[in-house]
Amino acid sequence: MSHDHDHDDHHHHDNHFSPMEARVRALETILAQKGLIDPKAIDVIVETYETKIGPRNGARVVAKAWAEPDFADWLKRDATEAIASLSYTGRQGEHMRAVFNDGETHNLVVCTLCSCYPWSVLGLPPVWYKAPAYRSRAVIDPRGVLAEFGVTLPDDRKIRVWDSTAELRYLVVPERPAGTEGLDQEALADLVTRDAMIGTGLALAPLVRS
Amino acid sequence: MNGPHDLGGQHGLGPVAPEPNEPCFHGEWEKRALGVTLSCGAFGAWTIDESRHARENIPPATYLAASYYEIWIRALETLLQRHGFVSARELIEGRMLEKGAEPKRVLKAEMVPAVLAKGGPCDRPVDIAPRFAAGARVRTRTFNPTSHTRLPRYARGKEGVVETVQGSFVFPDDNAHGKGENPQWVYTVVFDGGEIWGEGAAPGLTVSIDAWESYLEPV
Repeated sequence: MSHDHDHDDHHHHDNHFSPMEARVRALETILAQKGLIDPKAIDVIVETYETKIGPRNGARVVAKAWAEPDFADWLKRDATEAIASLSYTGRQGEHMRAVFNDGETHNLVVCTLCSCYPWSVLGLPPVWYKAPAYRSRAVIDPRGVLAEFGVTLPDDRKIRVWDSTAELRYLVVPERPAGTEGLDQEALADLVTRDAMIGTGLALAPLVRS
Repeated sequence: MNGPHDLGGQHGLGPVAPEPNEPCFHGEWEKRALGVTLSCGAFGAWTIDESRHARENIPPATYLAASYYEIWIRALETLLQRHGFVSARELIEGRMLEKGAEPKRVLKAEMVPAVLAKGGPCDRPVDIAPRFAAGARVRTRTFNPTSHTRLPRYARGKEGVVETVQGSFVFPDDNAHGKGENPQWVYTVVFDGGEIWGEGAAPGLTVSIDAWESYLEPV
């Protein structure tokens, strides 16, 4: 631990790198020289979260729940299995729970202790989700937090905050917007934002088509 | 531990800063930080609970000023040294100086899809019935261990209701310190905002945590 306090000073010769760039580069170099990591594995991990595992997965889950009452029931009862039926299972989505917004209650998800987040349905968490401001305030001032996302709920709407303190990962199912009766599931999924599935947003209204 | 990570209810940490169209990574080093962290996790030398505790042990001023990938990298350096894979001197010099510990496995590119798809489930069977049922009134314990716990400070010594029995899971307070998985029942416990925050609590607010059985006492 003692090197923690002075470690930043060791990379001053790498002037063209920021301290963290230099630090991670040094670590990767050591690990690769020792044969402990495969740099190509890192490329595959990055590509997976850049192109394959992201909030479109969760949006498809929500759209299916909106369109198919039987699937919504399954998602309520056993989100892990219901989501696995769409193949969106895996790391940081091993134990899933879906929580449904309705006219009475709005759900908001946080991890006050670290950065727990349902990667398999939402991808990697945004910076703000992992940062102290959101983690400190979501549990004590959720309306203030929502206002910073441009979301104002009716005064009588209850707010339920889910602090992800164990290994359960939460997906918020937002309310289905009005005027979406004729849309297929891919069009419905377009309305489901990442923030709506965390609870810091609402589903989008459909575009008015002429 | 009552570390810098236990942030629920703290004031003064500023407004949330949502970033429109946020990119997946903010710079190349974040990609490498993610990949290196996951690759080293695959060694099988430490648990997710030990890695969380390593992050919690970052000095508070550093922790609060760091981005989350920086938190990961600082903790990873601690874990790699603790388990003999890398030395402090190697970190300073930025190159291999000696052969270190042998991992159980090295994550190769072709293994990545299967490893990510499998994840690391941590539900474990227990041979005793849950102590509490849905609807039970419970009080969280008051304690202040210097070791790892997943009971946040704001939710200690509070009365709430068991909403759901969620299953039995590895107990992080033990597992983080190499004391075994010792699985316990986990419950979603709901508290009224007023029970947690008292005067001035946001109206209509409830907060839930997922609590291991030993965090709870009957009321």
